Amino acid sequence: MIEVQNLTKYFKDFCAVNNISMTIRKGEILGLLGPNGAGKTTTLRMLTGYFRPNSGTITIKGLQMPKDAIQIKSLIGYLPESAPLYHNMLVYDYLEYVAKIKGIDDREKRYDRFLQLSDICGLSSIMDKPIADLSKGLKQRVGIAHAMMTDPEILILDEPTSGLDPNQIVEIRDIIKTIGKEKTIIFSTHILSEAEATCDRIAIIHNGKMVADDTTANLKLGAQQNSMIKLSLKGALKEDATSLLKSIHSDLDVKNVDPVEKDLVSFEITYSDDGSKNHDFRSDIYLKIKETDWIIVQLIKESQTLEKIFRELTREEA
Amino acid sequence: MKQIKTIAIKEFKDYFISPIAYIVISLFLIVTGWFFFSTFFIFGRADLRDFFSLLPITFSFIIPAITMRLFSEEKNVGSYETLLTMPVSFTDIALGKFFAATLFTASMLVPTLAYPIFISLIGEVDPGPVIGGYIGAIFLAAAYCSLGLFASSLTRNQIIAFIIGCALCFTLTILDKLLFFMPSKIISAIEYIGANSHFTNISRGIIDSRDILYFVSVIFIFIFSTSIVMHEKN
Repeated sequence: MIEVQNLTKYFKDFCAVNNISMTIRKGEILGLLGPNGAGKTTTLRMLTGYFRPNSGTITIKGLQMPKDAIQIKSLIGYLPESAPLYHNMLVYDYLEYVAKIKGIDDREKRYDRFLQLSDICGLSSIMDKPIADLSKGLKQRVGIAHAMMTDPEILILDEPTSGLDPNQIVEIRDIIKTIGKEKTIIFSTHILSEAEATCDRIAIIHNGKMVADDTTANLKLGAQQNSMIKLSLKGALKEDATSLLKSIHSDLDVKNVDPVEKDLVSFEITYSDDGSKNHDFRSDIYLKIKETDWIIVQLIKESQTLEKIFRELTREEA
Repeated sequence: MKQIKTIAIKEFKDYFISPIAYIVISLFLIVTGWFFFSTFFIFGRADLRDFFSLLPITFSFIIPAITMRLFSEEKNVGSYETLLTMPVSFTDIALGKFFAATLFTASMLVPTLAYPIFISLIGEVDPGPVIGGYIGAIFLAAAYCSLGLFASSLTRNQIIAFIIGCALCFTLTILDKLLFFMPSKIISAIEYIGANSHFTNISRGIIDSRDILYFVSVIFIFIFSTSIVMHEKN
């Protein structure tokens, strides 16, 4: 569907995007992650034809950028960062303008599409308001309606949930997931839980370079795993419990932490888990504690989170 | 073609949504009205010659004020990105904006039609120079709009766009008054580049294809340059 090869973009001497290649299949939801200024927006802007790359090729459905730019642009629905719109227009007038430019000439068809879009994006109450009077979240919705106007095959969204309230974030995520069943979606974000919840695949960009590009599950598997067990006990003494836990296995690193509730003793037990041993220490801990008269209140295993992978990959070498 | 029309109509409406249109039109009418009528009864001639001879100067200040926002505002707000990622060619965008500005200056000239109507009540008006004058005014306005559009595409700052536009338009206007500085060999070439002589010809009622070709070439060159700037800036 989308093929990007050796994409590079310089701003004067600054290399914003450095030799990025990726392939995006039809129906995939790709999350583009990266710290601020990593080159996410620049990459998306090159995909949409707003920036011209210094080198590298972009092929979308067999069409070449920039030779077939206009055809490619009609395949893509794009929501730029912070949804820049014409402030002096009414929402309805703006949508009408966009629909006409994007080639929906039939009046009936336009109205039908507006009805669908106002349903999906929740615009019915603001259709007659000037865009300048809208809050950031509402502008974002108008921007999403703009992007989805022609029901495009590819949606490119630059930080679609920034500035939205938690309810709206959930709504937008649902929209992305629903549309993502049939369409190809690329979106950038720096909210990791969001990427984890919505994306099939995650690409992490750092300093203009692609540092990871894989499915969410594979990313977690591939990276050096450190598992952690959170344990909270009732009726135990700190020292006794620590020595007992340490006696289970020499690999375990037992750390006493602030209790989650009053009258409890809490521990974080970390151990390296390279996947081959696949040993679950939870059962060992349970069996050991069963021998005492303590009560297990909490016993959770946490595997490595995306956040940790992200931090490892994008750490500055200072 | 349809997209050019859509963009032109949207930009034209934009002028009248904001107060810019009304301010610019009033300013234009006050300035031209005062300079025209302050000497009108002294000379006692029933024609619009003074009105049209003043037009190139007023246009070189008024038109950059009209065109300065066309690209600069969009670049500043960021809607430029939205516009450029829609399936429209750069030339279509430039043409749409150009037609909107030209249409606006034409509508600015409509109230001045009152002058020939009133003058015809108090004296015999020769219709030739009046019709020629308005045709010439439209061509001149269109040429200056393309200059202003080009100036606006260069920067995201509207004030800079205005000043560059003024400088370009003013240069074209006064070029034929600077001829005594020039070496004699290039005088005729420089005179051809200046807008004034072409406009004066048309406003005398002589519609010559050379003058029309001049204005069309200026429009073409600057709209083309605008689309080149749009390409290069990305």
